[in-house]
Formats: sequence, structure tokens, C-alpha cells
Amino acid sequence: MREKLLYALGIIAALLIARNLFHIFLRFPDEASQGAIFRIIFFHVPAAMAAFVGALVALGASIGWLTTRRMRFDSLAVAVTEVSLAFLAANLITGSIWGRIIWGIWWTWDARLTSALVCWLLYAGYLMLRRAIEEPTQRATIAAVYSIFAFVDVPIVIFSIKWWRTQHPQPVFWGGGSFPAEWYVTALLNLLAMVLLGVVLTAVRLRQEETQREIDAMRRYAHAM
Amino acid sequence: MPAIETRPRRRTRPAARSLWTALPRQVAVIAWKDLRAEMRTKEAVNASFAFALVILLLFSFAFDPAEEQTRLISGGLLWIVFAFAGTLVLNRSFARELPNDCLDALVAAPVSGAAIFLGKALANFVLLTAVELVSLPVFGIFYNVRWTEQFWPLLLVVALATWGVTVIGTVFSALTVNIRLREVMLPLLVYPVLIPALMAAMQLTTALVAGEPLAGDLLAWLRLLVGFDVIFTALALLLMETVLVA
Amino acid sequence: MSQAVAVEGVWKFYGDFPALRDIQLRAEPGACLALIGRNGAGKTTLLRIMAGFSQPGRGRVSIFGRTPREAEARRRMGFIGHGISVYDELSALENLVLFGRLYDLPDPRRAAEEWLERTGLAHVRDGLVREFSRGMRQRLAVARAFLHEPDLLLMDEPFTALDDRAIAVLQSLLRHALAEGRTIVMSTHQLREALELATDVALLSRGRVAFTGERTAEMLADPGWVYAHYGES
Repeated sequence: MREKLLYALGIIAALLIARNLFHIFLRFPDEASQGAIFRIIFFHVPAAMAAFVGALVALGASIGWLTTRRMRFDSLAVAVTEVSLAFLAANLITGSIWGRIIWGIWWTWDARLTSALVCWLLYAGYLMLRRAIEEPTQRATIAAVYSIFAFVDVPIVIFSIKWWRTQHPQPVFWGGGSFPAEWYVTALLNLLAMVLLGVVLTAVRLRQEETQREIDAMRRYAHAM
Repeated sequence: MPAIETRPRRRTRPAARSLWTALPRQVAVIAWKDLRAEMRTKEAVNASFAFALVILLLFSFAFDPAEEQTRLISGGLLWIVFAFAGTLVLNRSFARELPNDCLDALVAAPVSGAAIFLGKALANFVLLTAVELVSLPVFGIFYNVRWTEQFWPLLLVVALATWGVTVIGTVFSALTVNIRLREVMLPLLVYPVLIPALMAAMQLTTALVAGEPLAGDLLAWLRLLVGFDVIFTALALLLMETVLVA
Repeated sequence: MSQAVAVEGVWKFYGDFPALRDIQLRAEPGACLALIGRNGAGKTTLLRIMAGFSQPGRGRVSIFGRTPREAEARRRMGFIGHGISVYDELSALENLVLFGRLYDLPDPRRAAEEWLERTGLAHVRDGLVREFSRGMRQRLAVARAFLHEPDLLLMDEPFTALDDRAIAVLQSLLRHALAEGRTIVMSTHQLREALELATDVALLSRGRVAFTGERTAEMLADPGWVYAHYGES
């Protein structure tokens, strides 16, 4: 049942992405000032949003573990953090490519780029911390506390770095931009596709994590014999 | 062996004191213990100060200390030195409890995780501040920076930012105390979380050593620093018990 | 009067692996419970949960009717683990005064000096623990655990790695503690020493309680009796 649901979600995500790719690359004309490269924004922005949703879920899962002591919450926390990091990396990379074309540079220490990078480092720290701890229950608790600290830090990081000069374009979709309606639709559908993709990937990773824990338990049984 | 005579049992449990008188006393006892132990060996403080000097020296190769430009980034320089040197002190904070399983005795005592956190944080704060206050004149001399012009505001900034570093460092020192690669993990985890506090400290320090008064835009950075301290102190007090009793 | 220690349906998990399974144990006030079992049977894990160092995955522990993390329960509890739990950089007296203060004793200094006297460390009270011999360190550890005169003593392998003099001091203290109506729970491999003191015995095997009951004359005559009858092959 769960298997079928995942396949279904995966297929929907794939169809959505195919539909969006068709529109983005074949239907939409080049944008007046930026040319062809503007298309990258249909991936750049939804990826960031999907990553943010993932961070929220990771926070919820971490608190869930600390309050209920159900290992599944810990598995969810690590799965969703990994997937979110992948989305945030996609956001950073697409942004960097766009910057190379429009600004002529791969990277600049502007507010948004810097905060995205810092957030990526914060959550990469979560994964590194996990790797350093052997015992699953202790690992879950320590990682959950760290995850809460990281999440609380995110708005402060973003806010403080924003006080530096900003070079990044102001939000185009929901910040008073003047894009055609169908662009909004495609962007939203791409966000939906990415969230669905994120759900599928998280579910797959969650199952791996649970299997990993079972294997770990079996190894401990074997040692105890 | 000494004779062990039976004697009437002494009631050792005094009337329960209220939290508000007990907590400060427990915090003071734990902080005193850490400071006393550190003063006996001075391992962390000496290493931290020596490290600060080495970084100050290395920076002089990275750019010309005589140039006016250096003074524009002096706050940044100084806080990188403080943050690097600080982790040496913070790493020791809970690692100090590892030999002889001292952490067990501390956790077994009738003190809350919050009291242990505050006691250790207080000790770290004193040690870090000491290292910083000794490094500051050295920095002033080497880099020709007039750090005394806005002395009291600068002291306030140093205190606030050091508390921020201490809070995060103490909690993460407890988080990483039992894990592999502790010495490497701590700075790796601490610096990204500290970025807002360090940025504010850098901005404020650069302005203050340039002789600017603590006003205008600087107040916004000061508020950020205070906010950072308040939020993370509260979070640490809330979560420390969970960290210690995993 | 409530139980000194009541362990009700305690499970402890390492991930999915249950290190302790549905442990039910009680110790009446004044009892001495010896936890025996092979390495890895879960003795240390169970003691650490009783002491409040680690949380059970399921079930509950109560110490004199309170949870182990309540200050009131911890004030009445003393723990001796594998380490000596005193600070190398502090003197013997400073260590004991420190813990006396943490336990909120009315006169920490007097209590500390008394216990240094009792453990034969009065002459080195200002010496740093770092410079102590092994036996002196162990006696200081004993003094640290007894300092606040706990009603319940939790001890993890108390006789292992002790020298003769420290064993003598500890045994004598434990006898007096029992005579005064205090409760002792200890895990041990030293069956003979432990069974002499014990009033009750619990055998842990692969995270379960395989046997629990009063210490009988057969056990004293043959320390391997419990293993022979209830242990895994």
C-alpha cells in the first residue's frame, strides 16, 4: 500500500516536471532583459522553498523524538534533512549559474547567497554530528537538540546577513514582479513537483534509515549472544 | 585502617530552599570548581592565549598591519582571533569532566541541568574574557589600533558577544563530550551557529575602535547581539537537562 | 513506607535493540540487592537508569516514591561508578567540600573533614588528587559517595579494581550503612564479597531478570548457585 502510494506520488512528480519542462523550455519566450537564462528561476526559487519546508519538518521531527522517544521521528529528521540539503544545494548551484551569466561571477558575498550557504553549513553540521555518534538512541537525542539550535539560528542568520548590502534581485514572483500569469502557474506547479519529489525521496531515505536501524539492532543481538 | 564507629545519624537534608536562592548558589559552586581546577593547571587559558598570539602574528603576514585598510577590518580580525582561541577553552569545559567519570557525580548531585549549564558557562565566560582582555592591548600595539577611545562601549560589546560564544560553546561542548573527534566537531558546529553574533561583534568593534560612538546603526547591531544572547540562553536552559540525561 | 527503589516495566533501547527488557525489581528500605549477571547483561545500564543518568525507553523508576531526576530523590541517593568521580586538579578536601555544597549540607567543611578522617585521608587533605596513589583515590571516591549520608547507595562493580584496604573500608562502611537501615543496590562480579552483604539477589541475563529473590544459605555456600540454576547454559 505504502509502496504504491510512493510510486503514485513519484509518477505525479515526474509528470508535473515533464509538463513544466515543456512549458519552460519550449513554450515560454526568452525574458526581455535576461534572455534564456531567466528560466533557471523556475527551479531556483521552488528548490529554496522546498528546502525551507524540509527544515520545518526536521524541526517537528526533532521535537517529536524528544517528546515521544519514537525512533521513527529520528529517522524522519535525518531523512528530511538530507533531502532538504540536496534542495538547498540545488538552489545554491542554480543561483550560482545564473550569477555567472547575469553578473559575470559565480559567487558574491551578498546577503541571500551568504545566508543560504550558512544554512547549508548549519544542516551539514547536523549530518556530520550524526556520523560521529555510534549509539542510535544517544545519537537521536544529541542530533535533535542540535537541529533545534540550528533551526532557531536560521531566521537570525538570514536577518543579520540581510543588514549587509544586498545584491540579490528582490523577490520576483511574490514581491511585486510583473510576470505573466502562466509563469506563476508553472512556478507553483514546479514547487508542487519538488515538494512531491521531496516527499518521495524522504520516504525512501526514511525506509533506508529504518532498515539501517534494524541491521544495527541485529548486530547488537549477535554481539549479545 | 581507621576505626569506623557507628554514630547517630545526622539529618543531612535541610529544609528545601526555594529555587531562586538555591540556583545562584549552585551555579557559583560549579563555576568556582571549574575556575579553581583551571587555575591549577592553566592548560586551557595558556593554550588559548598562545593561540591568539599566533593568529595575530599570522594575520600580519596576510596584510600589511600599518595600512589604514587594516583598521577598517580590525573588528573582524579581532573576533576571528577570539572565536578561534575561545574554542580551546570551550573544548575543555565538559572534557574536563571526562577523566574519572566526574560528569556522573555532577549529574547525580541534586542540581538541575540548568544550574550545571550556567555554572560552566559562567566559568567559561570568565576564562574567555580574561584571554580577550589580555589579547586586546597586544592587538592594539601590533596593529596600531586605538581600542581605548570607546573603552566602556567596547567592553560592553566584548561582554555580550563573549556571552553568546560561551552559551553556544558550552552547550555544544556538552553535546560533543562523548563523541568521536570531539576537538574537530566542536568548532565545526559552533562557528556556523555563531555567525550572527560574530558579525554583530565585528561590525560594532570595527566602528568603536575607529572612535565612533555607540549610536545610530550600531544600536541595531547591539540589539541583535542582545537578542542572540537572550534566545540562546533560554534555549540552552531549556534543553540542557535533555542533553545531560540522554 | 514506599519502596527504596521500584523499577516497573523498564525497557532500554539502543536504537531498536532492547538492552533491557521489561525489568521489574524492588528494593525495600534496608535491603541490599546484588545485581549479578555476565558482561553485557545490562547491569550497568540498569544502575545508570536507577541513578537518573539515562532515561528508560519505556517504564518507570521510582526512588523513595520519586523519579530519579527529582532533586529530593537525588539528595537521598549516592552513586559509585567505574570512575572515582573526583577532580584530579582539586585537593581531597576541596573535592569533598564541593560535593558537600552541591548536596546542600548544613556544614560542608565539617562533613568533608569527618569523612577524610573516616577514610584515613585526613593527613593528605590538602594534597591534589592527581598526586594520590590508587588506593587513596579509591577511598576518596568512597568518601565522596557517602558524604551526604545517602539513604540509597547505587554501586556499579564497587569491589572491582579496589585494593585490599579500600575493600576493607568499603565493606565496613556498607555494613554500617545497612545496620543503619540504608538501602544498597550493587552490580558485581565479585560474588563472594557481594553475597556476604546481600539480602536479595537479582540475576540479569540478556537484558531480562532471570531470577530474583532473597539471598539464601545455598548461595552463600556456593556463590555459583544462582548461575547454575537460573543462568543461561
